[in-house]
Amino acid sequence: MQARILKPEAYFIENEPYYQPVGDEISVFEAAYRNQLPVLLKGPTGCGKTRFTEHMAWRLKRPLITVSCHDDLTASDLVGRFLVKGGETIWVDGPLAAAVRVGGICYLDEVVEARKDTTVVIHPLADDRRVLPMEKVGELLEATPDFCLAISFNPGYQSVLKDLKQSTRQRFVALEFDYPEPALEQKIIENEASVDAEMAARLVKFAHMTRNLKGSGLDEGASTRLLVHAAKLITSGVDPVVACRSSIAQALTDDVDMLVAVNELSASLF
Amino acid sequence: MKVRLEKDQIQVLLDEYFEVEFSFRNTEDLSLALAQLKSDEQAFVLDWVRRIASTHIEIAYRFTSQASRALHVMDESMIEAWVLQAMDVYDRIGLHAALKVISGIDRFVRQGRERASGALFEEQVGVLMPFVQGLSGRKLKLQQGDDLFTDTETIYLPSVMAHLPDKRDNFLLYKVAVAYHWAQVRFGTFHQSLLHYLTHHKTPDLALGTFHALETERLNACLGRELPGLYREMSVLTDKLTGRSVPDGWLEQVAELRKQDASVMDCIKMTESILGQPLPATTCFQGQLNPALAFEVMQQRIEREKIALRVALKAVADELKDKSKLEREEPGRFQIRSKDATSQLEDMSIELLINGKSIPMPDDVRGTLTSIMQDLGDVPPEYLVPAGPGEYDFETGQGRLLNPEDVWGGAYHEEGAFFYNEWDYRRKHYRKKWCVMREMSVKPVHDGFAERVTVKYRRLLSHLRKTFEAMRDEDRLLKRQVYGDGVDIDAFVETWADVHTGLEMSERLFTRMHREERNIAVMFMVDMSGSTQGWVNEAEREALVLLAESLEALGDQYAIYGFTGMTRKRCEVFPVKQFDQPYDEAVKARISGIQAGDYTRMGAAIRHLSFRLNGVEARTKLLITLSDGKPDDYQDDYRSEYGIEDTRQSLFEARRSGIHPFCITIDEAGHDYLPHMYGGANYTVISEVEKLPLKVSDIYKKITT
Ligand SMILES: Nc1ncnc2c1ncn2[C@@H]1O[C@H](COP(=O)(O)OP(=O)(O)OP(=O)(O)O)[C@@H](O)[C@H]1O
Ligand SMILES: [Mg+2]
Repeated sequence: MQARILKPEAYFIENEPYYQPVGDEISVFEAAYRNQLPVLLKGPTGCGKTRFTEHMAWRLKRPLITVSCHDDLTASDLVGRFLVKGGETIWVDGPLAAAVRVGGICYLDEVVEARKDTTVVIHPLADDRRVLPMEKVGELLEATPDFCLAISFNPGYQSVLKDLKQSTRQRFVALEFDYPEPALEQKIIENEASVDAEMAARLVKFAHMTRNLKGSGLDEGASTRLLVHAAKLITSGVDPVVACRSSIAQALTDDVDMLVAVNELSASLF
Repeated sequence: MKVRLEKDQIQVLLDEYFEVEFSFRNTEDLSLALAQLKSDEQAFVLDWVRRIASTHIEIAYRFTSQASRALHVMDESMIEAWVLQAMDVYDRIGLHAALKVISGIDRFVRQGRERASGALFEEQVGVLMPFVQGLSGRKLKLQQGDDLFTDTETIYLPSVMAHLPDKRDNFLLYKVAVAYHWAQVRFGTFHQSLLHYLTHHKTPDLALGTFHALETERLNACLGRELPGLYREMSVLTDKLTGRSVPDGWLEQVAELRKQDASVMDCIKMTESILGQPLPATTCFQGQLNPALAFEVMQQRIEREKIALRVALKAVADELKDKSKLEREEPGRFQIRSKDATSQLEDMSIELLINGKSIPMPDDVRGTLTSIMQDLGDVPPEYLVPAGPGEYDFETGQGRLLNPEDVWGGAYHEEGAFFYNEWDYRRKHYRKKWCVMREMSVKPVHDGFAERVTVKYRRLLSHLRKTFEAMRDEDRLLKRQVYGDGVDIDAFVETWADVHTGLEMSERLFTRMHREERNIAVMFMVDMSGSTQGWVNEAEREALVLLAESLEALGDQYAIYGFTGMTRKRCEVFPVKQFDQPYDEAVKARISGIQAGDYTRMGAAIRHLSFRLNGVEARTKLLITLSDGKPDDYQDDYRSEYGIEDTRQSLFEARRSGIHPFCITIDEAGHDYLPHMYGGANYTVISEVEKLPLKVSDIYKKITT
């Protein structure tokens, strides 16, 4: 099989991504989209924010352009820059500009990680002006009604530095995500990894054990994503205790005592 | 080779260690005995005698008299363990208990054998603690005790588990014991009706024993459903320990109790009906039931948690009010709904509702609610009324219910405090949880002090602001980049020439702005000891105002805490400005309110403030101490080398956790001890107090650029 190569702005999602709604997030997102309001997805890691955006992109039939923000990401990384190609200087759109141009959904993942100057370019896009200033080429790019800006933010890592400024936060319609209720989370795991209900329920219970340890030795408990990973290993025949150790415990901590404790918990459960 | 000492030489040493001049101990025979030892044995013993004597002469004396025999039955590392245990017991319990350890060589040797295959509480607690906290329900604590039982908040465990020959099995015994006692709390063993039943019983001891046996059946069945893996381990262990011998007909009798819907009531009922019948042998992880203590602890908790919940709900209500910005609304009505009422085995999943609408629940509220439901089975409506203004005293806004100043009034003892180890350089070991540290509040003084300072130093201040502004995030122009915001003319010219001479064209033609972000968090630790009374204190406060003003221009994260204390039981820090607080009127008033307190037990303060500093995220973390002298404490040897060594050790710990400590002092003798504590380059001595305000900002600038 050959990997397909796609330009990001042509990345239309063809098949429905499986997404299990946990509240009214789908209708709220749709309403925000129709009213051209940007959306902020809040929630811990691995709780389904990316999956949800993919699902919405599919629903709304718009291309999805995702940018994972990191602390070296600057405004020009988003907007675009000059490059030299074959002796000529040409302008290349960054992902945000590309999304605005084609009227796609631009998803800025973990937006607080980016450098502070990036907020300068998202602010005018996120209020009713809906324009992207492209300083270097001296243009303003106006968004079509199809364009949508979505950003994500994990309030769990709150530190003085990594907080979202009020002026940014208050431009967005906020959707709050958390790990789903046990019954729903169990269903998601069954669906994503084809394990039986009993096994999925035990995995959820294990997740809750690790979530109980949040703040007393662990920074985060096991996310839905990690549960899906473990479940997939189990489906391939790996012993549950081993699967939990390698796909969950090791991902959560490096502390030796903590690792042993988490493994003892899973050994007690299965 | 060490020289073997003669009796007289030894006696001189012992006389000194035991302060014979005052204590009139007879060292004649002891010296004679030690003179028989080999030279390295002598050195080993004498070294320990000296170290122990620094803690307590009597322990050292008894140790000396046992030394020859100890060398006979133990190797050196085991003797060390023995002595350290004695000193630990002395710290925790007292002289009498410590002497018992020393005289109990034989017991220690026997336990040593156990230790070889046994599991030690101290070694396993690091694993057992997160294990029990991962289990659902109220978070339990673990503590070492003489018996195995729980009071519904803490599980007390023996110091060794050595019932089985295999180390792993002995660890599993701990684990199973922990899970079994967790189950007592989680599945409601300590129900009000048990208390009622026992207090009105003619033969309460018999009733308790029978109840314990039956309840164990019920709990084991719960464990089997909740933690099947553990249940299997438990059965294997039981077989290895006693075998599963039960009286005839027992299993049929208790079958009811093993059902999912069996409750503690069913157990009590059955207890009465089988009273006096033979019971199965108990296994070692069952421990004891201590209902009297459990109910006492429970009663206190119920009171406490009601308050805690109502205060926490007030915070939730206030936040909601802020958010909606609607003043018209009177506080909403809170409700609890359990989402999943199917069985008590499921994780208690509860929802918090306000005016019928579900709202996200803060972790502390969830924890408290869970605990309340565990005690009462449900949350009474009056618990869900947010605390009224001024109903409880919680100045800090964090819902702290216990007023730290009451602590020595006897209302509560060490609760809510932080505990820190202290380094005893003579023992070369930590005294565990030796210092009790509390965060106290500074009484704000609104007297315009900060304004006066800014006026007094306005010239200096505008200079400082400018210098500090210049240190902010610096933009650096990177040249010859593959992409960028501007054209690099030099590169362009070169390339132009290259292209015309037929060379390959470079693509590195752009310039780009690169931002160096300052990412610094700094903790100022201000000496508030009695010796700062007067103008030192004044200078410190002035320095803090100038510093705060400068740091505001710079944008670094900073916090200011004062510290003082008297004795290890009363170490105190005073948050003047915490990391997440803005520099506002309240902070200014607290700076003005800094007063000279008692003494300077520096180690504990450094440990606690390091802990606070490590709570923020920053690339560079600085801990800067403003002080006026050596570490010191009341009637205690902290003022001597001991204090310096402990401070030094605490700074080691800080460094290990990624903190850079620095000290600014006005003690001219500082050169004598600061290099030893902070290292040669990490301190400054300011010779004139009045220069302190001018210098501090200057120094800060120097060490952060
Ligand atoms: N509601 C849901 N429906 C379907 N799958 C889900 C749902 N929630 C979580 N998942 C599963 O969890 C995995 C991780 O979710 P996702 O990648 O969306 O997390 P995220 O919130 O974007 O995390 P991060 O913040 O780390 O990027 C998904 O791949 C999917 O398997
Ligand atoms: Mg994601």
